[in-house]
Amino acid sequence: MPEIKGRIKKITSHRLFLPLLCLALVLLFNIATTPDFFKISIKNGMLYGYTIDIINRASELVILSIGMTLVVAASGGTDISVGAVMSVAAAICCFILSGGEHSVSQYQNPFALGIILALLASLLCGCFNGLLVAKLKIQPMVATLILFTAGRGIAQLVTEGQITYIRVPGYKILGSAIPGIPLPLPVFAAVFVALITALVLKKTALGIYIQSVGINSKASRLVGLKSSAIIFFTYVFSGLCAGMAGLIASSRIYSADANNIGLNMELDAILAVALGGNSLSGGKFSLLGSIIGAYTIQALTTTLYAMNVSADQLPVYKAVVVVLIVSLQSPFAHKLLQKLKSRLLSGNSQRRAA
Amino acid sequence: MEPAILLKMRNIRKTFPGVVALDNVDFTLRAGEIHALMGENGAGKSTLIKVLTGAVDFESGEIYIGDNQQRIVNRSPQEAQKNGISTVYQEVNLCPNLSVAENLFIGMEPKKGGFIDWKTMKKRAKEVLAGLDINIDVSANLENYSIAVQQMVAIARAVNMSAKILILDEPTSSLDDDEVEKLFNLMKKLKAGGTGIIFVTHFLEQVYAVCDRITVLRNGALVGEYEIENLPRLELVAKMLGKSFDDLEAIKRGNIPDVSGENPLIEAKGLGCTGTIKPFDLQIKKGEVIGLTGLLGSGRSELARSLYGADRADCGEIRMKGEKLAVKSPLDAMKCGMGYLPENRKEEGIIADLSVRENIMIALQAKRGVFKLLGRKEQEEFTSEYIKLLQIKTASPETPIKQLSGGNQQKVILARWLLTHPEFLILDEPTRGIDVGTKTEIQKLIAKLADEGMSIMFISSEIEEMLRVCGRMAVLRDRKKVGEISGEELSSENIMKAIAGGAGNAGN
Repeated sequence: MPEIKGRIKKITSHRLFLPLLCLALVLLFNIATTPDFFKISIKNGMLYGYTIDIINRASELVILSIGMTLVVAASGGTDISVGAVMSVAAAICCFILSGGEHSVSQYQNPFALGIILALLASLLCGCFNGLLVAKLKIQPMVATLILFTAGRGIAQLVTEGQITYIRVPGYKILGSAIPGIPLPLPVFAAVFVALITALVLKKTALGIYIQSVGINSKASRLVGLKSSAIIFFTYVFSGLCAGMAGLIASSRIYSADANNIGLNMELDAILAVALGGNSLSGGKFSLLGSIIGAYTIQALTTTLYAMNVSADQLPVYKAVVVVLIVSLQSPFAHKLLQKLKSRLLSGNSQRRAA
Repeated sequence: MEPAILLKMRNIRKTFPGVVALDNVDFTLRAGEIHALMGENGAGKSTLIKVLTGAVDFESGEIYIGDNQQRIVNRSPQEAQKNGISTVYQEVNLCPNLSVAENLFIGMEPKKGGFIDWKTMKKRAKEVLAGLDINIDVSANLENYSIAVQQMVAIARAVNMSAKILILDEPTSSLDDDEVEKLFNLMKKLKAGGTGIIFVTHFLEQVYAVCDRITVLRNGALVGEYEIENLPRLELVAKMLGKSFDDLEAIKRGNIPDVSGENPLIEAKGLGCTGTIKPFDLQIKKGEVIGLTGLLGSGRSELARSLYGADRADCGEIRMKGEKLAVKSPLDAMKCGMGYLPENRKEEGIIADLSVRENIMIALQAKRGVFKLLGRKEQEEFTSEYIKLLQIKTASPETPIKQLSGGNQQKVILARWLLTHPEFLILDEPTRGIDVGTKTEIQKLIAKLADEGMSIMFISSEIEEMLRVCGRMAVLRDRKKVGEISGEELSSENIMKAIAGGAGNAGN
């Protein structure tokens, strides 16, 4: 039996074990409360169901949490401006495409131009954050607080305080689906960003540079790493991720709603990183962990909706569950779990021996 | 009469992932004795202390306090204190911005009607310190006193909390001779009062100056407990190393090659950095080992750092093989073929959470750039090569470096730089806080690398150690290079004179 014991130990001590357990618990909870939670139906070649809804709705959060993971790992701080940057990207894109009108049924400028300028704007926001944190050494929370508050103002300025509608079928595609593909496009966008990021981290030394700087920036400098350049990069990347998430969110509602796009999503993104088992003080990180964390949060939201919890009460229930999940992953619970595990395992073998 | 036993630790066992840190270790402390705990780095001294003070838990074994037959387990340092065990570390854990009296009574202030009774507190503080022959102003802030006095206050605090068992963990590392003497007097006084003291140190002389008994650990196992008069120094070292000791003199002065004919590899002219090192000239030849000597704070590390670009020089120039270099950052220096092992291993050397492999590869990787990732197989090859070459003791190449002992961590940092094949390697206190065996290994390695043509700058507080490997030494005083000593002139006496200044031997 030591083989099984060893395998159990290996599985439970894996760093993604707890994040996955949390996701599983949230999902399993639904079996009891919402019997048809895992039912998937096909309509017009499209898949529908609560689970599909989760992976679809989580897409923006997944993209945000990828950028957030790198920011946290390299700087030991968080980028709280991502929600606002989402609205900036959406506003710029809609502004370009509408040519300054508040509602259009035709592109006034090429679609690509809108996308490119929106991403450029989010990149600039990232540069601004990166400059403050990496060069001026301002605390990440304070530095990104500037765009956190100013970002939505900028978006309002661009849209002149109105919701700008782009009533062009093509604009909705990014947030919905293409006929013939059974899953919504945002799902693919999230997977795409995740794959590209994972590939870059695997094929270049960026991953180890980021971890090294996050763990010990003094030592990293002495081995020839440019800490500030690396931290700068992570903020720029986080800004870009926020831009992409903003475009998806905007496409879903075919408009730029400066007040509501990405509202409070920065907090969910930070939470996703933490739920993924990553230390918020920087250093070693797991991209996959954060992604699992993001899906967990969305699963939770969808679960609560499925139980007919109204949107304005949602935060309360969410908070309760988050407290549970976070304490499950705390060092205290970890110790408790390990004690329990060793007692169980030794109990088993004793019984077997007897 | 046999003195009363204060502490018994029996069959203590503690494992870290892949390593047995303590394997059935016994330790006994009697009243009124100073008991040295000796061993190389990684022998298990720190772990044993941590187990005793509750800083880490242990798997099996028993701890008894005094005559009590009841087993105790300290789950935290606070619990250990309640059981009469106090620890004073090298770094004083008191509040520098509070007064001496406050520091003595933090958490147990005398009170009157719910408020702190300042008058009684001062009076009692004076009494406590006077009882230990420490005469200082108790209302002055602690930061106004030297580290030595601060340490004594920490000890006084521990004793005042009726600690029967006092652990002194490397207390003398940052003290000068006078201060060490004062500390020893204090220890002897406490001993006379019946306190049992566990003394952890690397300095053999100090062990023989104050201790009554020695417990030696090696590789997590107990070697034995000895009365000091029955264990001559050489035998102690042999027990610590676990082999007959072929003495540090194995590398002797005399086999240092003559490099005076070689062309200079590095040439600094008027190089300086405001606030850290005054402008200096220095030449380093190919295959030479040059030592930097001076008191702590004399600018030894600062000189090295300005060469390496760790502190950016703001005047003067540096040439390598006659060509002028623009060294603005450590990366520039690395690209010119330099390497730098920093003085502070924990804060500037190791990247704690990364594995041994990653810690070794990181410098070479940084030199190659972000897009040319070293292949995993290649990394594994050179990692196991250096683990073998430097005899690094690690459970696996994937073990986080923070789990290694200090000496092995230092070897990993050395491997990191050797992998970049530098032409000029700066070693700033590579042997600090490292056991005798590893020290000798590192010294031998330095001599070997120089033989192979590498130029090395070696900084150490131990003059004897530098005399063994350096062909020439630059002397620093008050952030200024004040002279060089080489050839026949090199002797500890001459170096001392030059460091102290005044006497004429330090001339160029």
